[in-house]
Parts: sequence; structure tokens; C-alpha cells
Amino acid sequence: MLNIDSIQNGIVIDHIQAGKGMRIYELLELGKLDCCVAIIKNARSSKMGKKDIIKIEGDLDINFDVLGFIDNNITVCTIRDGVLVKKENIVLPKRLKNVIRCKNPRCITSSEEGVDQVFVLCDEKAHRYRCLYCEQEYKHHE
Amino acid sequence: MSNRLRHLVDPLDLSMEETRRLLDLAESIADDREAFAHKCDGKILATLFYEPSTRTRLSFESAMMRLGGKVLGFSSAASSSASKGESVADTIRMISCYADIAAMRHNKEGAPRIAAQYAGIPVINAGDGGHQHPTQTLTDLLTIRREKKRLNNLTIGLCGDLKFGRTVHSLIKSLVRCENIRFVFISPEELHVPSYIIDEVVKPSGCAYKEVRTMDEVLPELDVLYMTRVQRERFFNEEDYIRLKDSYILDGEKMKLAPEDLIVLHPLPRVNEIAVEVDNDPRAKYFVQAQNGVFVRMALILMLLGVEPGLYEEETSC
Repeated sequence: MLNIDSIQNGIVIDHIQAGKGMRIYELLELGKLDCCVAIIKNARSSKMGKKDIIKIEGDLDINFDVLGFIDNNITVCTIRDGVLVKKENIVLPKRLKNVIRCKNPRCITSSEEGVDQVFVLCDEKAHRYRCLYCEQEYKHHE
Repeated sequence: MSNRLRHLVDPLDLSMEETRRLLDLAESIADDREAFAHKCDGKILATLFYEPSTRTRLSFESAMMRLGGKVLGFSSAASSSASKGESVADTIRMISCYADIAAMRHNKEGAPRIAAQYAGIPVINAGDGGHQHPTQTLTDLLTIRREKKRLNNLTIGLCGDLKFGRTVHSLIKSLVRCENIRFVFISPEELHVPSYIIDEVVKPSGCAYKEVRTMDEVLPELDVLYMTRVQRERFFNEEDYIRLKDSYILDGEKMKLAPEDLIVLHPLPRVNEIAVEVDNDPRAKYFVQAQNGVFVRMALILMLLGVEPGLYEEETSC
């Protein structure tokens, strides 16, 4: 079993579906941080079988919309002085702003500069999002 | 009064109640055009057409002129500052200084929504690529209501290219808000209604629907037949096109199968999907529909400008 130190002050993004840790790392732009960041892939989980975990040492404003979009079963734990002070469950965001880009070449966002990329949840059950402007569906595998 | 600026980008920007009020106003205009001839004296409509259009642009211009207003604008991107690389956001901010209301057609989907975000005046989507064409939808609704005297308890056949036809999708989205609507989708397999329209619009509404390949079998049960063009280039192969194209051409023989009180609509332009011989059939309403397009646009201009009530209602306080 691999051991990664507990963090004293920071955030633990837990219960990430195995394999999605890197996607979250990229979307949250954690590579740009100067602090200590650990990604644990395929950690053993009694509930999920295996899961990914991200530990971030230091303060960070988490974009919860990104997490909800990727996987709304994720939990975000805030640690202060080595103690868990807050545990938040993520919900599926109704609206995504500048998280994903519209791939429709006929969409105005492909040519108009300075426009926010906005997607709206149109089917909660199927986790289906559509571009606010052209209504093109965003497909996760794109 | 609410000061929130209203636009029409999507047909669903208007609630069903607002749509009813707009159709009422359009009918009043149709009944007495003279009474509205000076309602927009001193007002200016900007027609911002980034791609060519004959019918829609002239219909908007006719509507404003019949209200006593004036029109300015451009009829292609080449003759606008878009050719110099100006953004939609900048163009509409500038136009807001010159006109009181704008109608925009753009080849890029969603351009009128961007315009609405930056405009200081009401923006009307006059067609954005293959996406939406809300004033066509209102025209279709007005024609159905004027001809059938109702917008509920109807069996509506939609025929032809149901996959790419923006007017079809917008009409379905609007009609599902009416009571007891039954859809019959008549199309070749390649041009079916997209599954997201079925899953996200039709099924949640509870409207009954069925999909068929040819129109002969369903014509007797229809109240409304909405025809669209089946374009050769939409087919995967020439053989399929030749095999199927006649199934989607409405002619005198097929009209014999239809009820006496059917109405036939078409957003126009038509090519060959409705035989010319059908034009003289009293059930052919597509040219009436084009006339209704002017009344609907007159009503819309009046309501968006706040000249007539219906959109700018008293806000209820909690």
C-alpha cells in the first residue's frame, strides 16, 4: 500500500471515479499551482472498489462546477491544522461557465472573441449539457 | 412596470400566455391594419442581415413600414463592418445608438443571443444558421390558429426533412406547450426527427407521437400538414433519394386522401415538394402563411417596443 502523507492545511477531493483524477487535475489547472499536489489513482475504496483522490496542500478556491460536471459523487474535504473542518458533497451544476468549449464550428463562440463558453444542463438524469448559444450537446468523449 | 429589456431569440423566450397575447394582437392587426398604421411613427428598425434573405428581411421591413416606422440596415455581411472583422457584440452596441429595435439574421448559430446580451434595444432573431427561426414559428402558430380556430386538440403531420429543418424543431418545441397535441412525423429514415427532440421535448411533454415513412397512410387523420423540402444533398446515396423523393411530394392525388378541413403549411421557399396544382386547393395555406408573417412581425415589434402591452407586465411583489 502506497503511503501519502496527510495534509495539515488544504483540500482533499475524494471519491473521484477511478480514472478521472487527471481530468480534474487539468480542468482545475492544478499544474499551475505552486503548492504540493498529490494525485492518487486507483486507491482502494469499500464503497467504489477503486477511486482517485487529489490532495492539495494550501488554500484554493475550488471551481465546484468543474467537479460536479466531471462526477457529482465527489466529496471535497477542507482540512485545517490536520482536522477535517468541512465536508461538501458536489451537485450537478445547472450552468457551466468556461469549463468546456463548444465544438460546433457553426456556433458563434467559434468566431466571436471574448465570449464566455456557457453550457446549460438540459437533462439531469443523463448529465446532458448543451451550449447556451447553439444548443449543441457536449459529449464527454470529445 | 418592469424595465427589463425583452428580446426574441428562441421561440420559448415567450411564455405560452405571452405567445397567445401576441397572436391576439396579430389577429387584431389583420382585422384592421389602418388602426396600427401610425403606431411606430418616429421609430426605426435595424435589419442586420449577415446572410442574404428575401422573404424574412422584406417581411420585417414591410411590418415596420406598415406601422409607420422606418428601416435601416444591411443585407449581407460583405456590406457590413463584419467584413472588417467587427464582432457581433460591437455591432449591436453601435446599432443600439441608431435604431429602436433590431432584427438579426446570421449564419453563425447563437449570434442573436450574443447580440441580445450586449444590446440596448430589443433584438429579434431572424434566423441563425440551422438553429432557430422564432418569427417563422410564430407565423406558423398564427396560421394554425386563424385557420383551425384553436391551438389545441390537433393532429399535426410534419413531413420531409425533420432532421435538419430548424422550423420543424422550433414548431415542435412551441406546440408541446399546447393541450392535446398529437404529432405524426413523416420522413425517410435518414431524416428522422433528432432523438434529442424526442427525448427532451416530445416525451417529457406527454404528447402522443408516431413516426412513419410515407404520408399516404396518415393523411386522413391529420388536421395540419406541415411540409418541408427533402434536399437531395441530405441523402447518403442517389438511389435512396430517387426511391424516396416522390413519397414526400404532395400532389392532387394525395390531397384526395386528406380531410376536407386539413390545412397545408410550408415555411417556403418550396421547390417541388408541393405540386403547383395544389396551390388552388382551398386547403393550401402557405401563401396565407406568408401574409401572416407580416402581421406576426408587426405584433412582435409593437410588443417588444412596449407600444402595445403584453410583454412588459406589472411585476408581482411578494
